[in-house]
Amino acid sequence: MTRARVVSLRRPSAQLLQPEPEAGREPPLLCSVGLTKVFRTAGGAVHAVRGVDLWVRRGEFVAIMGPSGSGKSTLLHVLGGLEPATSGEIWLDGQRVDGLTQAKWAILRRRHIGFVFQFFNLVSSMSVADNVEVAALVGGASRREARVRREALLADLGLTAKAQAAPSQLSGGEQQRVAVARALAHRPSLLLTDEPTGNLDSANTSAVLRLLRRSHAQGQAILLVTHDARAASMADRVISLFDGMIVDDAAVRPAPLRDTAASSVFDLQG
Amino acid sequence: MRLPLLALLAKEPAHGYELKAKLEQTFGDAYPSPNIGQIYLTLQRLERAGLVRGQDVIQADRPNKRVYELTAAGREAVATWAEEPSDEPRIRDDFFMKLALGPMAGVVDPLTLINRQRRHYLGLMRSLSLLAEQAPENNKIGRLLIEGAILHLQADLDWLERCQEELL
Repeated sequence: MTRARVVSLRRPSAQLLQPEPEAGREPPLLCSVGLTKVFRTAGGAVHAVRGVDLWVRRGEFVAIMGPSGSGKSTLLHVLGGLEPATSGEIWLDGQRVDGLTQAKWAILRRRHIGFVFQFFNLVSSMSVADNVEVAALVGGASRREARVRREALLADLGLTAKAQAAPSQLSGGEQQRVAVARALAHRPSLLLTDEPTGNLDSANTSAVLRLLRRSHAQGQAILLVTHDARAASMADRVISLFDGMIVDDAAVRPAPLRDTAASSVFDLQG
Repeated sequence: MRLPLLALLAKEPAHGYELKAKLEQTFGDAYPSPNIGQIYLTLQRLERAGLVRGQDVIQADRPNKRVYELTAAGREAVATWAEEPSDEPRIRDDFFMKLALGPMAGVVDPLTLINRQRRHYLGLMRSLSLLAEQAPENNKIGRLLIEGAILHLQADLDWLERCQEELL
């Protein structure tokens, strides 16, 4: 593989990737400029993210795809403040956030960002209901409001009957649905999610995707990192990451189905 | 579509429109509705080949219809078909030829090709996901057809990623 070649191929599209895509529009909800992340290891420097300019508009659903090792999880972690950036800027809701301390980031996340990972990370000593309710409380909701939101979210997810159960009594798919509910409980302006269906079977994948799509339809902005093309295809826009850089950024448009395995079940030519 | 038609006729005699309706009902919306002209043409060929036998049924209020039934040779053809293992799905050879030969010919670069193909696959995936949601719960065959297409597409995308890793 030749690194220089990738760079030269990418350049032409760089102009299309200005962080503020259209003058006069409100600034993007999330935006990064020249973002890099370098890990120093015993074996030398690993350039995981190499100059990423991206943006997510208010209410937009954006997916990031790319091979393993392309830097997509690292990018998501840096954008959410879980890892400090090496250089570049991150803007959230008009505020520059890349230089914030860990403590400031923690406050920002509690108020503005929801996270869902591949492994649900629910608090095992708390009930399903409390997992969701505490997230709302920490995010600044009143007791009453937190309870109302928890009830609404669990009802929405068909999990009302399991509200008092411990997470360990739930199936993987149910736990992931609770994780999504928890991430949405504080009404984040942005949901960041890393392979939310990575560990689920087909039926549970469908359930989680339905949930993400419904929440997007209600105005939730989502940035999704995934290998799952079904999940990515629901996004408004898919960014392809390769070797720490954006190599493509395009809207998803439904294509007519004359060209799939489904239509070749029969040979139409008789 | 010779063999699907023979297989449907193995169950009971039917005319062209009944076969069309049966195919649609079985495979659901993921499969583009079979063309009735194509079905009639195939039935005529099958009849010439001695695999089905057609008989005109007189209808008082509309044009006659031709009802087909399987011959012994037709039944044999269906049995042979059912017993044979099926070919593996083919690689999308047209895209691969473009990827292998296009850059060599200097007409296109691999990244442009791969990006365009990925966008196309994602668009197809979007359409399939929508279909999957609309597919009636009780149409198992139709749902499995969609799921199969989704899994194939996912494999195509994974393979595209491999091409990207190796060629860029």
